[in-house]
Amino acid sequence: MAAATARYSFGADEHVFVELSEDMSLESFFKGMAITDALTKRNVPGVTEICPANASYLVRFDPDVIHPDRMLEILQQIERELGTDELEVATRIIEVPVYYNDPWTRETLMRFRERHQDPNATDLEYSAKVNGYSSVDEFIDAHAGSPWFVSMVGFVAGLPFLFQMAERSKQIETPKYLRPRTDTPKLTIGHGGCFGAIYSVRGAGGYQMYGITPAPIFDPAQKLPYFRDFMCFFKPGDIVKYRKIDRTEYDRMLAEVDAGTFDLRIRPVSFSLEQFLADPAGYNKNLEGILYGH
Amino acid sequence: MAIEIVKPGLATTVQDAGRPGYYNVGIPLSGALDQYSFRCANLLVGNDENAAALECTLLAPELVFDAPAIVAVTGAEAAPKLNGTVQPRNESFAVQAGDRLAFDFMRLGARAYLAIAGGIDVPVILGSRSTYGLGAFGGFHGRKLAIGDKLPIGAPSAPARAGRKLPGELAMPLPKETELRVVPGLYFHRITDESATTFFADTWAVAPEADRIGYRYKQGRPLQWRERRQPFGAGSDPSNIVDAGYPYGSIQVPGGVEPIILHRDAVSGGGYAMIGTIISADMDKIAQMQPNYKARFVRVDLEQALAARRDYKARLDRIRAALR
Repeated sequence: MAAATARYSFGADEHVFVELSEDMSLESFFKGMAITDALTKRNVPGVTEICPANASYLVRFDPDVIHPDRMLEILQQIERELGTDELEVATRIIEVPVYYNDPWTRETLMRFRERHQDPNATDLEYSAKVNGYSSVDEFIDAHAGSPWFVSMVGFVAGLPFLFQMAERSKQIETPKYLRPRTDTPKLTIGHGGCFGAIYSVRGAGGYQMYGITPAPIFDPAQKLPYFRDFMCFFKPGDIVKYRKIDRTEYDRMLAEVDAGTFDLRIRPVSFSLEQFLADPAGYNKNLEGILYGH
Repeated sequence: MAIEIVKPGLATTVQDAGRPGYYNVGIPLSGALDQYSFRCANLLVGNDENAAALECTLLAPELVFDAPAIVAVTGAEAAPKLNGTVQPRNESFAVQAGDRLAFDFMRLGARAYLAIAGGIDVPVILGSRSTYGLGAFGGFHGRKLAIGDKLPIGAPSAPARAGRKLPGELAMPLPKETELRVVPGLYFHRITDESATTFFADTWAVAPEADRIGYRYKQGRPLQWRERRQPFGAGSDPSNIVDAGYPYGSIQVPGGVEPIILHRDAVSGGGYAMIGTIISADMDKIAQMQPNYKARFVRVDLEQALAARRDYKARLDRIRAALR
C-alpha cells in the first residue's frame, strides 16, 4: 500500500489530530483503526478519548498527566511500528432494511427544496442523474447492491458514516445540500460527498435523503436485543448491507420495534483489505454469502 | 427533598463535570460550560466540586424548595431573589421549605450556576449526571427543565452552612469584550496568509446561534482558502475536508464566513476544516458570552496554552484552599 505519512497537529493543549491522508481511502481508514487500536491496548495514562475517523483520528488527553510532546511521540512511535497484518479485521456484517423513497423523507425534502441544487427533482432523482443512472430504481439497486463500510461513528450519538465498498469509479458521489436543512427524520438513510450516513436522531443535516430504516441504531434505554452491550449500535469497521423493503414490511418491523421483539441479522466476518481490493465484486458476493448463509 | 420548577427559564439543564470517554461514538463531554463557576458553586455549599448543579442560560428559572437547604449562585450576574428579597451571589445562603427562588435578568454573562447542598440526584448515565440534549439522555429526562418538574436533591455529604463567600478577586470575570487564545493548527494551512492575519486582527461578535454545541461569531472579514483540487470524498466547497473528528474548542469556518467554536455538547465530527483550537483555559469565558459580546482571537503557542492552563488550575486551587 502507498504509506501516506501522517500529518500531526495539536488541537491546543488537550488534543492531537492526525490526518492520515487528505483523500478518503480504505487504506487510510485501516491505518487509523490499527493505530487507535494499538493506542487503546497501551492504556496510556492521561488519554481520555480515542476517536478514529474516515482518514484521520483524534486523541484527547489530560496534559496534567501526560505532556503533549510525549503524547505526540507515542502516536508517532505507533505509526512507525505498524505492521501490515493489521489490514485484516474481525468484524461483523449487518443487514439494514431500508424503505427507499418513503413518504417521510419525501415530505421533508419537499420542505427544504429551495436549499437544494435541483429544486425540481427529488434527492433520489437528482442523485440518480448526477451519478449516471437512467432511473431512480437503478440508482436504488446500486445503493442497496454493494456493502458499505462504517468508517466513522459520530457527529451525533451513534451516527455511522458509511463508505461504499466498490471501485472508486462505481462509488456514489453527491454534493451536500447548498444550505443544510434544519430537520431530518430520525433513521434517514442519507448521502453526501462519498459518504453514506444513517441519522441516529432527528435533527439538522445536509446529506441527500434516500429512505428510512425501521431499525433504531441509538437507544439510551437499550430496549432491543442488539443494544445489549451499549446504547450506540454501530462501531467503526462494521459492514452494512442494505435490503429494500416496502411499506408493508416497514410497518410490520416498526410494530416489532414497538413490541421490543425486533432484531437485526448480524453475522461475524473477517475482512481482509488486500483480498477486497484484489476483487471487490467477488469479495462482496462472498460477504453476502456469509450474511445469508449460502 | 426536591425542588419544583415554577418557571423553566430559557435553557436550564442539570450539568456536572461531564462525561468523557464516549466521543468516539459521537457522545460528547457535556457538563457545565463554565466549569470554573460550576465548581465554585459546589465548593460554596460544601459539595464535592463535581456534584450536579443547575446551569441557567440567559433567562434563569424560578423554583420552589420543599425542604430547608443551603444553596449558592455563581457565574453570570443575575441577582437571586428569595421570596422577593435579593440574596448575594458567590455566597452560600439558606432556604426554607416553601421558599421561592427567582432571578433578575442577566446583566452580565450568559450562564448562572445554582448548586444545592447534596447535589441534584438524577441518575448517573455513562458516569455522569449531565444532560445531553441531542441524544436526549442524562440530566432530568434528557432535556431542558420544564414547568412542574421536580428535581430530587441528594443528602449533603458534609455539613453545609450559609455565609461562605468566594473571595471577590476569584469570581469569574464577566467582560463584554474579551480575548480568546487560539493555538493555530489542524487545517490552518488551508487559509491564505492574508486571512491568517485578518482572523486575528478583526473583532468578532457572538451571533444569535450560540449554544452548548457551538458558538458562532460574525462581523469579521470572511476567510479565503488556498486554491487546490478538492481531495476525493471531501466535498466541493474549499472549506470542506473528508469528515474528521472535531476537537473541543476547535474553530471551523463553513464557507469561510462565520467561525464556529465547538463547546462541550459538540458534534464530534464533520466535514468542515478547522483552523485552530481555543486553549482549555479559555473555554469557560466563551460560556459567559451573550449574543453581541465581542471577542478577539489571540494567537498563542502550545507552551503559552500550557502556562495558561497552570494559571487556571492555580486559581481553582486558591478557591479550594479558601473554602476548605
